[in-house]
Amino acid sequence: MTVTAPDATDAVAPGAAPAAGLAAHQVSVAYGRQRVLDRVDLRIAPGETVGLRGPSGSGKSTLARVLALLHAPDSGHLTLDGSPVRGARHRLPASVRTRVAILFQSPRAATDPRLSLADIVAEPLRATGTPREQAAARTAELADLVGLTTDLLTRRPHAVSDGQLQRACLARALVHRPDYLLCDEATAMLDASTQAHVAAVIGDYQRRQGAGVLVITHDPALMARWATRVVDLPAA
Amino acid sequence: MTDLALPARVRRLRRPGSAGTTVAVVVLAGVVAAALLAPVLWPLDQSAVDLSRTRLAPSADNLAGTDDLGRDVALRSLYGLRVSLLVGAVAALVAAVIGGLVGALAGSVGGWVDRALMRVVDTVAALPHLLLGIFIVAMLRPSLGAVIASIALTHWLSTARIVRSELLSLRNRPFVDAAISGGASRARVLTRHLLPHVLPRLALATTLMVPHAVWHETALSFLGLGLPPHLASIGNMINDGQRSLLTGAWWASIVPGLLLVAATLALAVLTGRWRDRLDPRVRAELQL
Repeated sequence: MTVTAPDATDAVAPGAAPAAGLAAHQVSVAYGRQRVLDRVDLRIAPGETVGLRGPSGSGKSTLARVLALLHAPDSGHLTLDGSPVRGARHRLPASVRTRVAILFQSPRAATDPRLSLADIVAEPLRATGTPREQAAARTAELADLVGLTTDLLTRRPHAVSDGQLQRACLARALVHRPDYLLCDEATAMLDASTQAHVAAVIGDYQRRQGAGVLVITHDPALMARWATRVVDLPAA
Repeated sequence: MTDLALPARVRRLRRPGSAGTTVAVVVLAGVVAAALLAPVLWPLDQSAVDLSRTRLAPSADNLAGTDDLGRDVALRSLYGLRVSLLVGAVAALVAAVIGGLVGALAGSVGGWVDRALMRVVDTVAALPHLLLGIFIVAMLRPSLGAVIASIALTHWLSTARIVRSELLSLRNRPFVDAAISGGASRARVLTRHLLPHVLPRLALATTLMVPHAVWHETALSFLGLGLPPHLASIGNMINDGQRSLLTGAWWASIVPGLLLVAATLALAVLTGRWRDRLDPRVRAELQL
C-alpha cells in the first residue's frame, strides 16, 4: 500500500495522453461560500483499489458524489476512460451513468422504504428496460452472490437489518456490472462478519470484472487490507 | 413495552377507536348519508313555498321549523349540505390537481422553472383570496361551476408548496441518487421514487382543504355569489335566515349553520387523526 497526496500521483501532465480510468481533474466544489473541494486530482485505474481518507469535512463524500456523476463540479472536470464527462445526473445518458456505481454509508437512506429487497435490486434493470424475467434472473444471481435468501428478498427495508440491507444495496450497485465502484464508508454501519463478506464480494467482483474501486473509510485496518493505494484528502 | 410507558397521545391513538374519532365517524357518516339519500327519502320541490306556514318553530312536523317562505329548514339544510359537500370536494380535488402539477414541475425541474412558478405562487398568495374568489365568480357569472372554479383557483397554492417542498427534500436523498446512478430517467425517478412519497401528503392536504372549501362556498353563497337564491345551499339559507333572526326565528339560520359545523368538524377530526398516522415518528411509536 502506498500513501500519496492526491495531486502528487493523480495529476495528469498537460498534453499527456488521457489514461484509462475514472479521473477528476482540478475539481472544485463549493456549497455556497463554503469551498469543500479545492482543485483536487484523483484517478481510479481499472483493476485498482484506491483508498481515500481525510478528516471529517474534508470533502470525501462530495468527491465520491462527483465521481459517481451525481454532482457537477463548479470547476475542473471528469474523464471516464479518457473521454470528458460533461454535466451530471440526468444530463448524462443512462449508458454513462451506469458505468459508475456508488455504495452509500447508510443503507436505510439509500433504499426506497416502499420497495421489497427484490425490487430494490432489480430496479436499475427495470429502469433501463430489461424484461421482467431477465431482471428476476439477474436479481436471483446477485442475491446468491451477496448472501440474501429468497425470504429476505420479499421483505421491505424496515423488516431487515442494516447488514442485510447493505447487501441488497451492494447487489443493486453490481447489477449493471459497473466499471467503477465507489464505496462511501459503505461498511461503517456493519458488524465485522458482514463487513468482511461485503469486502470479499467487492474484491471478487473487482478481480473478475477488472473494475476500479474507490474505498472511503475511517478504519485503518480495513484500508490497509483493502486499498492498493491510499490518497489523503487534506482538510478543506 | 407496556402500554403505560407510551406517551399519552400515542396511547390514545393506539386505541382502536377513541371517543372523539368514533363520534366524528358517526356524525360524518350520518350527515353525509342523510344528505346523499335525501332526494330519495324526502323529495323536495325547491321552488315550492307555503305562506300559511312561515316561521314555524321546531316541532314534530318540522324538526327544525320553517323559514320565512314556509319551507322546511331541516330538509333544505340537508339539500344545502349536499351542494356544500359537492362543491367542497370537487373544488379541493381540482385545487389539488392544479397545485400538484405546479409543485411537481417546480420541485422536480428546479432552477429557473422553480423560481418562476414560485413567484407566481407568491403573487397569487399576496392577494386576499376571498376577494379574488369574488372577482372570479363575478367574471364567470354566479353558478355552481363558477363557485368551484373560484375556490380551486384560489386554493391550489398551499398544495403546490407542499408538493414542491416534499420533492425538494426528497430529490437529493441517497435512494434517489441510487436510482439516477442506476440509469433511471427523469420521468421514472419522478413517478416511481418521488411521487409515491408525496401522494399521502397530497391526499391529506386535499382532505384538509375540503372543510375550508365548504366554508368558502358558504361565504360566496352568503354574499349572493353562489347558487340562485331559490336553490338550497347552506350559505343561501344562512343569508335568508338573517331576516328571520330579527323576528326571533333563530332556527332558520342556526340549524343549517350547526349542520355545516358538525360535518366540517367531524371531517377535520378524522383528517387530523389520519395526519397523525402519517407522521413517521408517531407511526414508529404505533408500530404501524
